[in-house]
Amino acid sequence: MKPELTEEKVIAIMDGYGRSSQQLIAILLDIQEASGQNYIDETWAALAAQVLGVPLAKIYEIITFYSMFSTSPRGRHIVEVCRSAPCEFKGAALLLGNLEELLGIKVGETSQDGLFTLKTGECCGACDKSSIFKIDEDEYGAADFDQKSLAGLFNSKRQESEAL
Amino acid sequence: MAKTLKLVSLGAGEIDPISVSEYRGIGGYRALEKAFSMRPKEIIGEVLEAKLLGRGGAAYPAGKKWAQLYDIHETPKYIVCNADEGEPGTFKDRLIMEKLPLRLIEGMTIAGLVFGSEHGYIYVRGEYRKIQKVLLRAIEAAKKENLLGKGIMGSSFSFDIEIVSGAGAYVCGENSALLNSTEGRVGRPRIKPPHLAEVGLFLMPTLVNNVESLASIPSIVVMGGKEYLSLGHPDSGGTKLVCLSGRVTSPGVYEVPLGKVSLRDLIFDEEFGGGIQGEGEFKFVHLGGQSGAIASKALLDTVYSYSDLRKVGLTVGSGALVVMDSGVSILEYLKKVSEFFVHESCGKCVPCRQGNRVLLKFLARLSRGSLASEGELLNLKRLISAMSRASFCGLGQTSATALKSAWKAFPAELERPAAFDKLQVGAFPLP
Repeated sequence: MKPELTEEKVIAIMDGYGRSSQQLIAILLDIQEASGQNYIDETWAALAAQVLGVPLAKIYEIITFYSMFSTSPRGRHIVEVCRSAPCEFKGAALLLGNLEELLGIKVGETSQDGLFTLKTGECCGACDKSSIFKIDEDEYGAADFDQKSLAGLFNSKRQESEAL
Repeated sequence: MAKTLKLVSLGAGEIDPISVSEYRGIGGYRALEKAFSMRPKEIIGEVLEAKLLGRGGAAYPAGKKWAQLYDIHETPKYIVCNADEGEPGTFKDRLIMEKLPLRLIEGMTIAGLVFGSEHGYIYVRGEYRKIQKVLLRAIEAAKKENLLGKGIMGSSFSFDIEIVSGAGAYVCGENSALLNSTEGRVGRPRIKPPHLAEVGLFLMPTLVNNVESLASIPSIVVMGGKEYLSLGHPDSGGTKLVCLSGRVTSPGVYEVPLGKVSLRDLIFDEEFGGGIQGEGEFKFVHLGGQSGAIASKALLDTVYSYSDLRKVGLTVGSGALVVMDSGVSILEYLKKVSEFFVHESCGKCVPCRQGNRVLLKFLARLSRGSLASEGELLNLKRLISAMSRASFCGLGQTSATALKSAWKAFPAELERPAAFDKLQVGAFPLP
């Protein structure tokens, strides 16, 4: 189902950034995205440390400092509900409840098919459309959806994944 | 008469963001051409005269920053753009990067020319991965037209821009934390001095400016500092991008001349916010970001300029205006702000890491209906004072600003008005 991330692929990502340790954050973000499970496995972190010539501890420090990284597997898609003030007081809790019901999971959990992990986050800078949820890099304003179209959006994501 | 004035957002959404020819069609690259015929000191003089105050939040005069860096002779110098727009309620740098990336690139190139710098970096927050791709394409387009890279416009000046990504850390908006992160490290702030102009990126002299500040440079170069100043307020020239969000009818980014509109205009005028959405009434507006102050109805007629706002204890900050209506409890709002700081404190220093937790606990207890004792209030006052004085960076220093201003604006709602009286803004002399 998921494309297994290979050593070649991880090295190719680093090559894309000229193996520059300055671009460590971007490299790790790409590895995480390519993992299919939105996390950074210790094997890939160790490989990156070796190729970029930085201590593994430094990579661990980065992965745990920045909130976008995870050290354990998550769903293929990250569904994130913004809980910062501008969204919070325009129905973020309601939106979160709807998404929990729709996906059948609570915040922090991953759907059984392994497709979606639901999380909350801080401001994603699209407050004109608040309240906001994101699926990976795409932002959606809750006001643009009703229950049916919201379900439709997730169904189309499911179909996309099946087609892969 | 229209109150909007478009300089930095001129053409947004009207042109193809990565087309150099379309950008030229709206006056793009005239500033860089003109800059080649000027001496660096003249350009800095224009920026000084324009009284451009840093648009990221700290409002430090850009011209002063430029003049300081110019007087440092060590090389290489780096130009870094702070595009870590993480302040809740702020989405204006995004507008520039998404719709007018070439204006930012032109502004940075002019800075490069002034300081004889060859390398620029745009540090973009990780949440804006998609926008990073737009910037990369814009950089490629500029290179093709010989507007970036070697020998720009046939001169001997070379300048290149690299995109660096964050990965979700609000504190990286602090300039020294941002430089650490740009070096590919963990983004915790550095101790200052030395100032970043002297010891910045890779320990070399560095200019760090916000997206909106850098994108304002082309207008200043083309029209001259004097005219730019005249468009705004005598203390702070030009225009500001204002981000309206929350419970207004028309949220969005609006560009306004500084000192020419009031908070009331911004929130209620049809040209801007269009008033409160739905049935509620206006209750308060949170200005400048989470670390800014809250304004109630009584302050609505304040003119939107750096100095007018400062007089009543408010700030322009990032340009955020988060509007809340009568349905929102001030206590719940403050709790949300406090949760944000608990989440985003980088953990480096105790006053911020622990102080924010204690603040949140206190607010949570109040919101459960328990009253605070005299002793507790006194402790809280001391805590806030300690945080604002002893925190390592701006994050901890300002995280109680909203709380302090809310006490002043809504003492009754925060219960026990008599006890809270002592905790007004004036009671906390800031360093």
